[in-house]
Amino acid sequence: MSPESGASRITARSQIVLLIGLVLLWCLVWGQFSLLTVVSGVALAVIISLVFYLPAIDLSGRINIWRTIVFFLRLIVDIIGASLNVAWLVIDPRYKPSSAILAIALDTRSDIIMMFTAEAISLVPGSIVVDIDREESVLYVHVINVKTDEDLEKLRSSVFATEKRLVMGIGSKDDVWRVQQPNELTRSSVRRK
Amino acid sequence: MTWEAVREIITMGLVLLSSLMCFAAGVGLIRFPDVLSRLHAATKPQILGLMSIGAAIAVNNPRIGIFALLTAIIIFQGLTAPITAHMVARAAYRSDHLRRDLLIRDELSVSVEQVEQGAAVEDPDGDKR
Repeated sequence: MSPESGASRITARSQIVLLIGLVLLWCLVWGQFSLLTVVSGVALAVIISLVFYLPAIDLSGRINIWRTIVFFLRLIVDIIGASLNVAWLVIDPRYKPSSAILAIALDTRSDIIMMFTAEAISLVPGSIVVDIDREESVLYVHVINVKTDEDLEKLRSSVFATEKRLVMGIGSKDDVWRVQQPNELTRSSVRRK
Repeated sequence: MTWEAVREIITMGLVLLSSLMCFAAGVGLIRFPDVLSRLHAATKPQILGLMSIGAAIAVNNPRIGIFALLTAIIIFQGLTAPITAHMVARAAYRSDHLRRDLLIRDELSVSVEQVEQGAAVEDPDGDKR
């Protein structure tokens, strides 16, 4: 098989996955899974993806359901814990503002993994992605309530852990290999003291 | 105690939690010192607030339609709130609306400097982004 036909097959498969996602969303919004919503959903999804054409998302084609569930459960636990934490910070009269912006070089080379990692760490209170360097896969993350270098390294490793959980769930084989290597080998050269 | 009463109590607890979260977001907007920290307060506890008020509605009114709609709402909020926060944060950083004295480390400024130096070498006219 020539590499081109393989690539177009992967693109077609990603398109179908995205179409199914759109139809599911449509059914969710209607609140029912009847024949009518599914048929109208499919029609709309096709029209939308033809009219508002975007470059296909490069899905890895690999999914580990169990690891994905672990990722989402952990995300919810993190959101709850960190929300309470930030809510407490807001009210705590002794809280002195002290924050930092960290450059975190991810292992992955996939846009979608980088996007979801950024979403996940932004969704967890206490960290916001300020900027992204797509070429080098670097996230610039603003964190609040950090006082020592130790806190910073703790946050850095929690971002790596999030990335790893996500890659184990839906990343490509290549990315899985990369996150399993010791960090210093694969991380790009922008890492600095 | 009947099932109805238990359900009412769970609903009340969840609504209370979500209103506390919204309250915290409001107080944070006033108390935190700069745009970036305020974003933390404004966009984040609110997610938990939304999740718990969604859960309250689902507990009080357990039907598949409600459940599906709530899932959609939470997915959309979960996907869009971080993007909003990111766009505002990025604009704030680039227009210098932040208190650098409160940052214990800023690794973005290092990269920005490097890029600017690189751009100056490649392009003496200084065509900055």
